Amino acid sequence: MTYREAARAAIRKALREDPRVFLMGEDVGGYGGAFAVSLGLLEEFGPERIRDAPLSESAFVGAGIGAALGGMRPIVEIMTVNFSMLAMDQILNNAATLRHMSGGQFNVPLVVRVATGGGRQMAAQHSHSLEGWYAHIPGIKVLTPATAADAYGMLLAALHEPDPVFIFEHATLYPLEGEVDEAAQLIDIVHASVTRKGKDVTLITYGGTLGKTMQAADRLAQEGIEAEVIDLRSLRPLDTPTILASVAKTHRAIVVDEGWRTGSFSAEISAQIVENAFDDLDAPVARVCSAEVPMPYAKHLETAALPKVEEIVSAAREMISRHD
Amino acid sequence: MSATTLSQRPPVDREHALFLLREMLRIRRFEEKAAEMYSLQKIHGFLHLYIGEEATGVGAMQAFSPEDAIVATYREHGHALARGIPARVLMAEMFGKVTGCSRGHGGSMHFFDASRRFYGGYAIVGGGLPIAVGLALAEKMQGGSRITGCYFGDGAVAEGEFHESLNLAALWKLPVVFLCENNLYAMGTALARHQAQTDISRKAGAYGLGSSAVDGMDVLAVEAAAKQAAQSVRSGNGPFLLELKTYRFRAHSMADPDLYRTKAEIEEWKKRDPIPLFQSRLREWGFLADSDLDRIEAEIAAEIDEAVRFAEESAPEPIEDLLKDVEGPVTT
Repeated sequence: MTYREAARAAIRKALREDPRVFLMGEDVGGYGGAFAVSLGLLEEFGPERIRDAPLSESAFVGAGIGAALGGMRPIVEIMTVNFSMLAMDQILNNAATLRHMSGGQFNVPLVVRVATGGGRQMAAQHSHSLEGWYAHIPGIKVLTPATAADAYGMLLAALHEPDPVFIFEHATLYPLEGEVDEAAQLIDIVHASVTRKGKDVTLITYGGTLGKTMQAADRLAQEGIEAEVIDLRSLRPLDTPTILASVAKTHRAIVVDEGWRTGSFSAEISAQIVENAFDDLDAPVARVCSAEVPMPYAKHLETAALPKVEEIVSAAREMISRHD
Repeated sequence: MSATTLSQRPPVDREHALFLLREMLRIRRFEEKAAEMYSLQKIHGFLHLYIGEEATGVGAMQAFSPEDAIVATYREHGHALARGIPARVLMAEMFGKVTGCSRGHGGSMHFFDASRRFYGGYAIVGGGLPIAVGLALAEKMQGGSRITGCYFGDGAVAEGEFHESLNLAALWKLPVVFLCENNLYAMGTALARHQAQTDISRKAGAYGLGSSAVDGMDVLAVEAAAKQAAQSVRSGNGPFLLELKTYRFRAHSMADPDLYRTKAEIEEWKKRDPIPLFQSRLREWGFLADSDLDRIEAEIAAEIDEAVRFAEESAPEPIEDLLKDVEGPVTT
């Protein structure tokens, strides 16, 4: 099934199995979701549980927090990560703090799904990759499913978490086909996965850039370079041991991240490697990120701004030739 | 019935009247002690005193049962005491001790008590309103009959979250009583300097909520209005906005030099201090003798002295537990 169908199947399964679960967000009902993830769910579950919300991100995310405090298991959908800025007060000041600020008396079992990323010519207010900002915040989990299996499994696992979980779905992934085991038990959401084994260089990525990174690894293989690809899957918690184990083997690391470079999540991964595996490195850590520009509309400019397969290949090739 | 006979006939029994007086006095004395402890550097950070506003917190709280939910602001000492959270755990919280109602993680602005469904003091103005809406949504979806009371100030009315929350609650007919304690100042900015429409209760009309406004210096009027508002909400009419017109006698916080209003204005409002105002009515009705007041004051003084002693003697949370309450284990 597709990534979109996988997310929908997970929501449907949760709605069927747990009466506390409901979906709330802009156009999740009658419209079927801006990305058609919830298409058909209104007909199946009714408007109480597939709840169209006004364009009030702060209020409906906050209401999700309140409903979670009140014993429900809300899934809140925010149409794009750029819109989530309107709910940042509730996310940072309430969702992430309530457990600690209340001395452990309250917890917020809230799941928020957010579409993220560029590549669809949606320009500078619908296309950014800001999940790295969320990963800065203690008290929440940040998941970035890159496959249909994870789009399915992570949502179900997130609903079993006692604290807020943010799931960033890269908008270009929705049509992606993949195997999904609907009978599987709850999946692990805290560990990265080694998507491709290799010995020459570690390519670390997540979400929307996993595909490009895998393509780059294929190209590198044709040149005799065996790249190991790590899909982080979760940005917070970050599975540093898996990264370090790979770097210990390959001695080279490239981070591929659709976020901007400056002050970024890719910088965090680089720092983790430098702090913990400096002596393993044969070359400085490299990064392939988006250009430091608000996302342009025109296709050629947008393509130029986003990480490209060729950039990943070049970075690896250069790293190996210069530091062989 | 003429207005004269109305004012002469006590609308409450003596026991309840003395309870309301005691509750207001507890808050007043607790806060006076808190200010003293702040000066002695036992309490740090921000300390926002409620003095002058006791009738709104105490009066409105009478409309809620222990099963209902309460959401409050950063000026919530009064709400917490009126909700029944013991003074000792509040004082300990402000002292930063592990015995505090939030283990010393919150301080003056962030009191919580799960056992009393006190969902906290929120210090981002307006930030508690969506939480209250969500609590009410959960209750409605679960088919329950409990309601949520949400205190906030006039400053919150300028926030988008106020408007979003009123609309959402009205749209979904959620059981929330929005309690706006209008003390006329958003920190140092007078209401007329930040609102084009200063009649706050009228704003509800735009969202299809019932609303009313009441003299927040009259505890009985507040109680009656809040009970009426709560009754409307309990009857399934959707949310209600009650504006409580009040005034704080102290500065915004201990850090505020109070430059934005005149001493004369404050003195004028102090003539309507809710506590002496209520005391004189109780005396008129023959409900309050000097000996009653002396007894109540002595009991409160003992309670607050004990609270300070408890806070002083309590241990701080061990630093090893610093990260303990950031995330929890998976339990369900």
